[in-house]
This record gives sequence, structure tokens and C-alpha cells, in this order.
Amino acid sequence: MSTPLLYALTGAVLWGIGLMGLIGLRHLLRKLLALNLIGSATFLILVGLAQHHNGPDPVPQALVLTGIVVSIAATALGVVLIRRYFHLTGRTELESEVPEAGRDEEGHSG
Amino acid sequence: MRSPAARIGMLLLALMLTALLGRSVWQLSMLEPASDLPRQLQDKLAASGVEHPVTAVLLNFRSYDTLLEIAVLVIAAMAGISMARTRSLEDPELRTSDTLLRALLRWLVPLMLLLAGYLLWAGADRPGGAFQAGAMLAATGVLMRLTGLPLDFLRPGILLRIGLVLGFALFLLVGLASAIAGDVFLAYPREFVKGLILSIETLLTLSIGMILLALFVAAPVNDASEPEEGEK
Amino acid sequence: MSNWLMAGLLFTPLALATVSLLLGFRQGRALSWLGMLLQLLVSVGLWWLVRHEGGFYYTLAGWDAPLGIELRVDGLVVTFLLLTTLVASGCGIHAGFYLEPDRPWQRYFWPLYWFLWAGLNTVWMGGDLFNLYVGLELITLSAVGLVALGGQAEALRAALRYLLAALLGSLAYLLGVALVYGQFGTLSLADVAGQVRVSEHALLMRPALVLMLVGLALKTALFPLHGWLPPAHGIAKSPVSALLSALVVKASFYIAARVWLEAGVAVASQWMAQLLGVLGAVAIIWGSWLALCQPRLKQVVAYSSVAQIGYLFLLFPLTFGVEASVSLHAQQGITLQVISHALAKAAMFLAAGNLILAVGSNRVEALAGVSHFLPFSLFSFGLAGVSLMGLPPSGGFAAKWMLLQASMASGQWWWIMVLAGGGLLSAAYVFRIYKASFLERDEQDHFYHPDRRLEVAAMLLALASLGVGVSGSQVLSVMAMPFEEVQ
Repeated sequence: MSTPLLYALTGAVLWGIGLMGLIGLRHLLRKLLALNLIGSATFLILVGLAQHHNGPDPVPQALVLTGIVVSIAATALGVVLIRRYFHLTGRTELESEVPEAGRDEEGHSG
Repeated sequence: MRSPAARIGMLLLALMLTALLGRSVWQLSMLEPASDLPRQLQDKLAASGVEHPVTAVLLNFRSYDTLLEIAVLVIAAMAGISMARTRSLEDPELRTSDTLLRALLRWLVPLMLLLAGYLLWAGADRPGGAFQAGAMLAATGVLMRLTGLPLDFLRPGILLRIGLVLGFALFLLVGLASAIAGDVFLAYPREFVKGLILSIETLLTLSIGMILLALFVAAPVNDASEPEEGEK
Repeated sequence: MSNWLMAGLLFTPLALATVSLLLGFRQGRALSWLGMLLQLLVSVGLWWLVRHEGGFYYTLAGWDAPLGIELRVDGLVVTFLLLTTLVASGCGIHAGFYLEPDRPWQRYFWPLYWFLWAGLNTVWMGGDLFNLYVGLELITLSAVGLVALGGQAEALRAALRYLLAALLGSLAYLLGVALVYGQFGTLSLADVAGQVRVSEHALLMRPALVLMLVGLALKTALFPLHGWLPPAHGIAKSPVSALLSALVVKASFYIAARVWLEAGVAVASQWMAQLLGVLGAVAIIWGSWLALCQPRLKQVVAYSSVAQIGYLFLLFPLTFGVEASVSLHAQQGITLQVISHALAKAAMFLAAGNLILAVGSNRVEALAGVSHFLPFSLFSFGLAGVSLMGLPPSGGFAAKWMLLQASMASGQWWWIMVLAGGGLLSAAYVFRIYKASFLERDEQDHFYHPDRRLEVAAMLLALASLGVGVSGSQVLSVMAMPFEEVQ
């Protein structure tokens, strides 16, 4: 087994952990961190699998750089939204503990 | 906390995903290498204007990706500053008069700026480039803000907005100019390719630094907000 | 010629986004009229070009795929470009008079709007799997920014939920792309499609296909992954809701459909196709039912989107393992469904915004008496409703009729019941709104009168959705324009 392949397999494990964190955790910042973990896992697989085949491959490396910038932008936007949400409501979670009066919750949540 | 059944369900889901993904990665790794992309890249590298293959991919072969990636950054920055409706982005609580800290900064800030410049220049033939340099610029700004040095240009005014899009605008103009000159969108003319890439990278560095810093500084502390439709 | 048109198409939205960021809302609006006109000229020009000279590949930066990025321009792409121009202009005109120009954050509306448009154009033309990912993220972030723009806690909550769901969807798609690159060593969709046909290990692409489809289904809000859509589309400003429902969810569906038709059909299995169809069918019934139960007007329209998106996923069973002619028929039906839903849903959201503006409340009961006062907007709402129900002569009818024929020709009669049931339920929720608006109540007789231009924008889109039904064959002829397979 080559080192890049090990990276790719690690990526598979990290995807599972990240997905569990994203669904299971309630704190919004933790959800965002879980998404970042998933992002890194994806990048590991992208680079690892390609380099296992080709040796050093600049194309996936460049793709990952682009992907990192995109994920930084998304994370930063998420953090700004979370901060403002916290400022307005004092809450750090999407679902409220007690159902709000007067709001029409749909029963299922994403 | 969630019910135990839901948590076990999540665990199973995650384990299943990992197992299937791992299996798929393993199977794919057994295949013969299919790609001759790295070889094609080596063949065309000389024509790309930079020696470092990753920079060549980012700013020449797949420059459209990079253009859109900067657009994504600009969007995030816009959405960020649209939330910060305070007139000054300076946080008075962070202002410090610690002489030792100031003295340290006097050394650190120029060094960090120098490093940013180096990273930008290094991008041509080794790891480095606009994003890394921009991140370094932003880190300098974060340090300055956390120690209370004034950052006037970060007020949400026209100057900030120009700064945010400067690099993107140049990139876009180069794209248009190459199309008008008779070639396709974003195809740099051979003779100027090195200079163009360098000037795009330089302005991008400035813009990326400002974008990241603006996102850091965008402190959403204010009470203006839009009422929901029909609830005025 | 093609060079100028493509440059115009790629450059205009991005340039307008850049320049309008430097301007205020009003100047940005004036500039945007110009931009819409330019986009119209360019997409009509492209239609003319493709009709006379056939479709083509456009190699960005002068590097051929797979090293560079190629854009594909064919009849279907031109159809979607024209649709985008029409719907986005309608929503933009509405937004120009609907949003309050003096709020300081509204200056960010136009840049976000144009970045969204740029992302849509990128996705329609994209032929590179990774470039499509970047285009999707461009769309997602600007859409989230538009939902959150100036919003209160509830809007932020919806925007956050939307952001988390959409990012997970994009990353699942990207993971699929990573596996595809690991297997075939290329990112060009055309290359992948070619290799799938000859490779003896093609079936190993299945996990990648599943990941891409699941991620894109999450972004398209297919049942049961639709939880994020109603809050986000319900709480955004009406023109923004219209853009999101009409175009943004279609972008991810479009990528899923392209991947499926070009490479997926060769490696998928019957149960995958049927499962996607069944989820679509459940979405139709469940979404329509929930639309019927919603107390708030815009939630009704948002849940109706969940249902209408369900129809799109009938593409998968109706194109898998069937004869080429049936598959083509189904593809045409789905294209018509995309077009007519985009026009009808945009019209419906815009009309709903006008109604809310007039009665000053988002609740369905508050509409009582509005039929006297705002018949024009209510009529647009109804016209759009006709298309959603699938009554002749609307575009929705033509689409559902073609899907019906494809179901029968492929022997999958069970979809016919879904098509019929969904139509009845949509009729029920549209009539519920009508019933509420025709009720007389004494206490409310003061309505605010919205700008006439707001009503015209909604009406034009609603009429267009009817027009698609009347001239369905002309619309489909754009899609079938020839493509030169020379590069």
C-alpha cells in the first residue's frame, strides 16, 4: 500500500466522522467544523487516489487549492451568519429546545 | 441530546459510508493508471508562462476555475460586510497601549509583509502564490486589529469595496481583452503571459488579503434589520 | 462571431457584479437594465448562431480539455440560457421596484444577483466536472447571501440551514468527482462518457455516480432531503424566492441529469433509477399535501416547489433501460417541465409578493377580499397555478402529457397515477388560495397598492408559462438544434 493510498483511505474515514458530526452535533460552529472536516476528507481522496496512480500530479493539487479557497469562503460566510444569528437570538443551534409560539414548524428538519 | 436510537442510526450511517467509500477507493486503486494528464501538463508547461506546474494549472490551464473561485471569495466578503452595518469597524475594546506589544509589532508587521511579498514571488517556480500571500497579508491585518492598531481603510465604504474587487476586476479585464484581441476568453497572448500572470497575482494578493480581513472584522453588532415581508 | 458572443455571455454578469458593487442600489438598478438587455441580445445571438452553424465546444483560455476547461454550447444549453435570461430579468425587474432602495444593505443585492446569474450561465455550459462544482458553489453562496441579506433571525436561520445543506451536497458531489478522476484520470464529462462505454471496469464508477446524484439531489431538495428548501424560499424576499425556486434548484438538477444521461445510464442499475423515481413520486404527493396545509402564503408556494421538483426526478426511471425514442421523449418532457415550472413558479412567487405587499400579511386568511382589489396579481397567480396543475393549454400540461406517454411506452404505468394525483393536489392548493381571496370580511378594506410594474412582471412570466404549452414544439426545436461533433 502506497502512502497516497493511505491518505485516500484516511479521507474515507474522515468523511464518516464528519458526516456523523454534521448530523449529530447541534452547535452551529461544530456543524461548520464538521463540514470542514468533510471538505478536507474530500481533498485527501482527490489527491491521494490520483497520486497513487500517477505519482505527483499537479492537476488535483491545483483543484484542491481552488477547493480550499472555496471552502474558506463558505466557512467565513457561515461564521459571519452564525455570529449575527447569535447576536440577534442568543442561540447557537438551529432547532429550538421548546417549540416557539406562533411559528409554524414543519415537524421535520434538515 | 438525541435519542439513543437516532445516535446509533447515525453511527451506522457513518460506518456504512466509510466502509463503502473505503472499498471503492481500494478497488479504484487496483486499476491501471488511466491518466496521461501529468504528461500532457509537462509538455505544455513551457508555454504557460510559469515554471511551477500548480501555478500554471491555476492561472493558465484552468484559469476559469480560479476566476470563479475569486468570485466566490468576493461573494462571501460582500455577504459579510452587508451584515456589518456599523460605521466604524474598529473595536474600541481591543485598543491597547501596551508598549511591549507595539514594539514587537513594529518588528513583526514589516517582516510579515515582506514574507507575503516573497510568497507571491515564489509562486512562479515553487509553492506559493496569490492566495498564500493574501492569507499572510490578512494575518498581518488580523494581528494589527487584535492589538488595536487603526485600520481605517476597512470601513465599509467605497474604498473597501474597490479593494475587494480590484484583483477580480483585473483578472476579468484580461479575460475580456484576450477575447477582444481575437482569441478566446482568458487566453493570454504569448509574449505578455508572464507579466500578465504576475500583475494578476499581485492585485489578487491585495484583494484576497482585504477580503479575508474584512470577513474577520465584519463584526455583526448592530440592531438594524429588515422586517419579514408582510410584518411591518 | 461565436467568440464575441461567448465573451459577452461570460463577461457581462461578472462585470456587472463587479461594477454594481461600487454603486448604490439605484445606479446598480439602472446598470442592471443594461445588463439584462445585453444578456438577452447575447443569448438570442447564440441561438441564431447555433441554429445556423450548429453547436460547438468553446475552449477557455485556449487549452483543450482535459487539460483546460471546455464549455459546451448546444441546443439544450441555448434553451436554458434563454430561459435564464427571461426568468432572471423578470425577477430582476420585479426586485428593482419591490426592494426598498434606501436600506443600506440593498446595495449588495445587485452584485449578488449578477454573481448568481454568472454561476447559472457557467453551470448550463459547463463541460468540466470540477468547474461545475465551482459554478455550483458560486450559485450557492450568492443564493445564501441573498436569503440572508438584511434579514432578521428567522431569515438567518433559514440561510444557515440552506448553507449547511448545500455545502454538504456540493462536497458529496465533489467526492464523486474525486473518485471519477481517480478512475478515469479526466474531469471532462465528455471524456468520462467516452471512457465509460469502452472501459471494462466501468461499473466501478457506481459509487461515484451515487455520491454525485445524492449530493445533487440534496441541493435540488428531493424528498426526503428537502427540509432546507421551504424555510429558505419562504422567508427570502419574493423576487429572491422566485429566482431560487425557478432557477437555482434547476442548476443542480441539470448537472445530475447531464451526468446521468451521458455516463450514468451506462453504469446505473434498475433499482437506482426506480428509487429516484419513487422518491420523486413521494415528493409530488407529500409536497403537494404539505402545500395544502400551510398557513402562510409563501410557504404554500415553497412546498409546491418541493412537489414540482419531484416530477423532474421521473427522468431517471423513464430514461433507464428504455428504447432511445422513449428516452428522448422523457427528456423532452422533463425539459418542458423545467421550463414551465421555472416560468410558472417565478410568476407565482412574484404574484405572491404583490399580494403580501397589498394585504400586509403573509397569512393565507389575510387574503380575504383581495380579489376585488388586486385582480391582476391574483390572475397571474392563477395562470401560474394552471401550469402547475398541468391543465391544457399550459406548459405544465405539455410536459406532463409527454411524461405520461413516456411512462406508457416504457410500460411503467405506475407513474401515471402519480402524475394524475399530483395534478389534483396542486389544483387543491391553488384553489385554496383563491377561496381565501374571494372570501368577504368586513374588517379589512384597506389595502396598500403595489406598483403597477410589479404586477406586469408577474403577469408576463405567467403568460410565458402558458405560451410554452401553446408553442411546445417550437420550444423543443431549440433543444434539438444540431451539434457539430468536431472540436
